[in-house]
Amino acid sequence: MTDIERRRFVQLLGAGSLVIAAGPLGIRRLDAAESLATSLADPFSPHAYITLHEDGTVTIVCHRSEMGQGVRTTLPLIIADEMEADWSRCRVAQAIGDEKKYGSQNTDGSSSVRLFLSKCRDAGATVRALLEDAAAKNWGVSASEVRASQHQVLHERTGRTLGFGALVATARTLPMPDKSRIRIKRPAERRWQGKRMPSVDLVPMTTGTATFGADVRLPGMKTAVIARPPVWGGKVKSFDAAAALRVPGVERVIHIPEPPIPAGFNTLGGVAVVATSTWAAMKGRQALTIVWDDGPNADYESSAYRATLEASVRKPGTPGRARGNADDALTRAPRRLEREYYAPHLSHAQLEPVVAVARFTNGALEAWAPTQSPQDARNTIAKYLGIDDAKVTVNVTLLGGAFGRKSKPDFICEAAWLAREVGAPVRVQWTREDDLRNSYYHTVAAHRLEAGIDGDGTVTAWRHRVAYPAIDATFAADVAGAGPDDLTNGASDIPFAIRHMSVEICPAKAHTRIGWYRSVNAIHHGFAIGSFVDELAIATGKDPGKFLLELLGPDRTVDLSRDGLVAPASNYGGTWTDYPLDTARARHVIEIAMEKSGWGTPLPNGRGRGIAMHRSFLSYVAMVVEADVAADGTVTVPRVTVAVDSGYIANPDRARAQMEGAVIMGMSNTLYSEISFKDGRVVQSNYPTYPVTRMRAAPRVVDVHLVETEALPGGIGEPGVPPASAALCNAIYSATKVRIRQLPVGKQLAGAKAKATASGGATGA
Amino acid sequence: MISLTINGARRTFDGDPAMPLLWYLRDDLALTGTKYGCGVGSCGACTVHVEGRAVRACQTKMSELEGRRVTTIEGLHPRGEHRVQVAWRDIDVPQCGYCQSGQIMKAAELLANTPRPTDQQIDNAMNGNICRCGTYPRIRAAIKAAAEKRS
Repeated sequence: MTDIERRRFVQLLGAGSLVIAAGPLGIRRLDAAESLATSLADPFSPHAYITLHEDGTVTIVCHRSEMGQGVRTTLPLIIADEMEADWSRCRVAQAIGDEKKYGSQNTDGSSSVRLFLSKCRDAGATVRALLEDAAAKNWGVSASEVRASQHQVLHERTGRTLGFGALVATARTLPMPDKSRIRIKRPAERRWQGKRMPSVDLVPMTTGTATFGADVRLPGMKTAVIARPPVWGGKVKSFDAAAALRVPGVERVIHIPEPPIPAGFNTLGGVAVVATSTWAAMKGRQALTIVWDDGPNADYESSAYRATLEASVRKPGTPGRARGNADDALTRAPRRLEREYYAPHLSHAQLEPVVAVARFTNGALEAWAPTQSPQDARNTIAKYLGIDDAKVTVNVTLLGGAFGRKSKPDFICEAAWLAREVGAPVRVQWTREDDLRNSYYHTVAAHRLEAGIDGDGTVTAWRHRVAYPAIDATFAADVAGAGPDDLTNGASDIPFAIRHMSVEICPAKAHTRIGWYRSVNAIHHGFAIGSFVDELAIATGKDPGKFLLELLGPDRTVDLSRDGLVAPASNYGGTWTDYPLDTARARHVIEIAMEKSGWGTPLPNGRGRGIAMHRSFLSYVAMVVEADVAADGTVTVPRVTVAVDSGYIANPDRARAQMEGAVIMGMSNTLYSEISFKDGRVVQSNYPTYPVTRMRAAPRVVDVHLVETEALPGGIGEPGVPPASAALCNAIYSATKVRIRQLPVGKQLAGAKAKATASGGATGA
Repeated sequence: MISLTINGARRTFDGDPAMPLLWYLRDDLALTGTKYGCGVGSCGACTVHVEGRAVRACQTKMSELEGRRVTTIEGLHPRGEHRVQVAWRDIDVPQCGYCQSGQIMKAAELLANTPRPTDQQIDNAMNGNICRCGTYPRIRAAIKAAAEKRS
């Protein structure tokens, strides 16, 4: 595509994708808003995802949530390509939460393309066939004589054409085409296959006119800021609102009851200050005096809890995978290596703190929120308010980052509850401090890995014990720790050909809300396993890249459910027939990453390369990270090479962007970020105490290689994160000879470079 | 009473003089392109120009703005075609997009003062603006592309 064509797309789509109307000064007035689906004349919707208009406009619904992965471009583009629509005459409209109509809207688990590629293609091909039928009827010819091409249908014999808009009137009168007549395009027929297509939200996002959750404005809207229990399971004992009510602009102070824990998606309760402005609500909350009853988790303290987890993994656990007899093989092995790793709680720290707007009128609740799962939001709100879910409408705004935090609708329930209580629209604004201190945290994990090594340096036995609180504990009482299903997120489903394997789950009780965080347990699984593999390579005197390939064993596809996995262990919701473990794909991405990174070539002093590969979300990602460690321990990353096999990739540029972002989020997880608890409370409060990757440390080059294939799609949003921590820590080891076994790296490297230089400098790989 | 200019329009404000500019823009004027990210001047999502200088709207009190000219992302260019905005679109910089108003305002200031920034100048200028999605490599590329363009 030329630059000029590209800019035309950007402008047209940018203007068309605004579901909310623009007014003077860029003020968006929701009360005056109309979605394009209803504002254009005589819409005709032959499919839930597709609306045709007589002026030729095609409105395509995106039913999944846009949080930066580009789904509002990717899914509609698949549909437009398949229906032969002219992309510049398409508009994208965001669906409200309606699972029955649209299918699953839970934008989570890197599943949008995986679950909807074939549904989107079917939708596009069906409507294409319908328009061909309409043209054939108009001309009185057989449908087999006509074909759709770029927004019109042609009759090749006579050269006649009719535009999609002109065909709407006839199409309305026709039955939907028979399934047997629906033909999916061959790869060579796809117009945008492999092309770099601009995202539909580029103009709003670069002009400040995109509508995120925080940007929704309703007439008469109040803003609420809430003081939530600082300890999980805490309650308000008493509070004094007098000073808060004296703050100009503060109108009400309302106690939201605290539901008993674990409360799942429900609110935490607390004391809400409702005001005419955000500033007044924030000042009002500062003026509150609250006495808390901290409840059962008041003693949660992170260093003590770490010792508990470590004690837990030093005892046998319950099996998540058992192959051969690892205990016996370890006892008999001539050599053993045992290592322990620790990874702390994390928080999403997405740039837009959670926020939601709700309005309750005539017994019905309407919400506007940056939600990853409008269907869960709808159901949860309905239950919380005790109304039928038909009375709940959830509008999905753009999400200012999400990473799993916005899968949980607790914050939307708060707005819903307050809107009904106040009798006016209410926006609940979380501060950054609220967002870090009352989140659903990534778990905290201890790992113990033991390997038996024979005389040739071959690994014959593998025992991996994990202890970490499970997400299940947020939803059910008395959850003792992780389950077998948590381990198939990259611990029990590893691709190594090791004869005796035991992956075991050790107890770990939750003392805070645990939730999904981009890549979930694959983060700490990937860190521990990828680091241990590197330690094994070093211990056996082998090149870490070659050792990784050796561990894979011969190329094979494996149904792991028949290879020692303990039920219930899922394969990311896919079947083992569709998505077997395929070690040739793992090998291929490792080989690409090694080749493209210049693996084995010399590097300057203070620099090292590290490698790791992880299969997660049904994709295979290998990564070589080059790390530079300065004398004060500061780590920068000159270059990262990423090789990805995630099956068919619908939008290569967004896949690359996801890998770039995954590397950088992986750096945050590895180098800087930690949520810790003291007296049951989160210690960190804002970015100065919860650091994330910034520009200076960001990689200079992220070189992404996508394997081109028509294989069933895997995930893209998450699989880039799990190999990042190990690849980076292995690079740090290569540069400094300091082995990181505890995250974050933090200050562990101060003075480390000098040591490496004294011992002869970094190795080439 | 405080008089100031926002995106070329004269405005008066008679509320709490301690209120940060951020909430005046977002709540009073509905200029929601300027984002709240941290409230402590640490993330840069609220970056606007005051007299051409990039400042944090969350750290700028209304009382400091008497007679000042404020430019927000909405006012950076009448058609949204400032060379930084165009470069951002050419390179498809945004992921979620939330931090990008602040990134663009900071980058526009950098290029106004340093037409041909080095890598290190870009890193130093942009280090205060967090992008949690990790668009930093594309931001660097877009700043370089914008530097090549004539405004």
